[in-house]
Amino acid sequence: MITKRIIACLDVRAGRVVKGVQFVDIVDAGDPAEMAARHACEGADEIVLLDITATHEGRGTLLDTVRRTARELFVPFAVGGGIRSADEAAQVFEAGADKVSVNSAALADPGLIDAIGRSFGAQAVVVAIDARRDPEAKDPVRDALVFVQGGRKPAGRRVVEWAREAEARGAGEILLTSMDADGTRAGFDCELTAAVSAAVSIPVIASGGAGTVDHFVDVFGRGKADAALAASIFHFGVSSARSLKEDLAKAGVSVRLPC
Amino acid sequence: MRVTVIDYKAGNLTSVLKALRHLGAEPQVADRDATMVQEAERIVLPGVGHFQATERLDSTGLTEAIREAIGRGVPFLGICVGMQWLYAGSSEAPHQQGLGHFSEACARFPQGAEKVPHVGWNSLEVRGDSRLLAGVQSGEFVYFTHSYKAPVTTDTAAIAQYIEPFAAAVERENVIGVQFHPEKSGVTGLKILSNFLSLHRKASA
Repeated sequence: MITKRIIACLDVRAGRVVKGVQFVDIVDAGDPAEMAARHACEGADEIVLLDITATHEGRGTLLDTVRRTARELFVPFAVGGGIRSADEAAQVFEAGADKVSVNSAALADPGLIDAIGRSFGAQAVVVAIDARRDPEAKDPVRDALVFVQGGRKPAGRRVVEWAREAEARGAGEILLTSMDADGTRAGFDCELTAAVSAAVSIPVIASGGAGTVDHFVDVFGRGKADAALAASIFHFGVSSARSLKEDLAKAGVSVRLPC
Repeated sequence: MRVTVIDYKAGNLTSVLKALRHLGAEPQVADRDATMVQEAERIVLPGVGHFQATERLDSTGLTEAIREAIGRGVPFLGICVGMQWLYAGSSEAPHQQGLGHFSEACARFPQGAEKVPHVGWNSLEVRGDSRLLAGVQSGEFVYFTHSYKAPVTTDTAAIAQYIEPFAAAVERENVIGVQFHPEKSGVTGLKILSNFLSLHRKASA
């Protein structure tokens, strides 16, 4: 039986995993290669590495980080953050990523999705969408506003129509972050996730708001998510993917166990 | 060990090469050089993407080199589209012929309530005495990402269930295919690749 995926996310800056607390106080949380290996060993179904280095100088470091992280990793490995062209994507694949995640660059040039998909296959293209409910829209959820540049700037797109375009252009998966829920640890935005998941045939990865096991049960059920991203709950040994999945299995969610 | 990995320009080989090296093999990549297929002790045909891309195997002459190598008993492993290519063809590209080693054809998952593509970790139901799956128990999980699949037949070595039962692995003597990605399937996947690397040539060869 197909299982729901638990994806460990590593935010990386200048070659180190970092964790922001309430969007400030960036804390050094470790070495990406070591942490990715530990998450995989502890049962994460997939690893996502998001580069939050804002500068060009950091790009070379990213490829080195991807190479080191991929070396001993034998679960799916996605890399995102600042990938602007098919050539940059090719370098990231060459370094060992199985998938790339594109966000702002795909909104600026949607043809980027087609271009990467043509060369590397749809399964290799994850389109990341940061969305916030629009209380003024007729349907605040389906018409949630899409943001770029780390949530700072509205992109002028609505979440469901953009997700559908991404799929039509050859995206293999949608990584959907609710900006309303992100950082709250109060639960995923299940309505938003369900609206996008029902609108496309490709898998939707829910992100933003994870705090408890029940939040995951909820987003896999009501939220119709195919996978869920967990970042902060794994940091500092608070919880492992395995313990999360054991609890999910008890709650009736199909997960990969033993892993 | 001389493992020839075929590159037909349909995606990224890095993960497959990395897993083979991790297991102690020395993979070399062939994208048009038939002699590398002729001299191979093992052949791996990876593949993600579109069935149409296998046309390149015909135009470079690699199809015939592979057919001959298989006839000599060289162990062959097709992964994902590389497995589908072992069949007569696929409805994904109706005018592109496969190798035809297995006479059936591949088809898309039926459209319905479930999503297509099938993406994620799914469990195997191991059948019979597969050499590829020695030591792999039914219920172990492997990673899939595909929209087209091969039917269950007497050559099916493992079944997976998504919408309907389909062939997760096919095996007849030295010719093997896996629909999932062993290079991305953790400990189980590495065990399967390791089994492939330790296969002996067909007894008659």
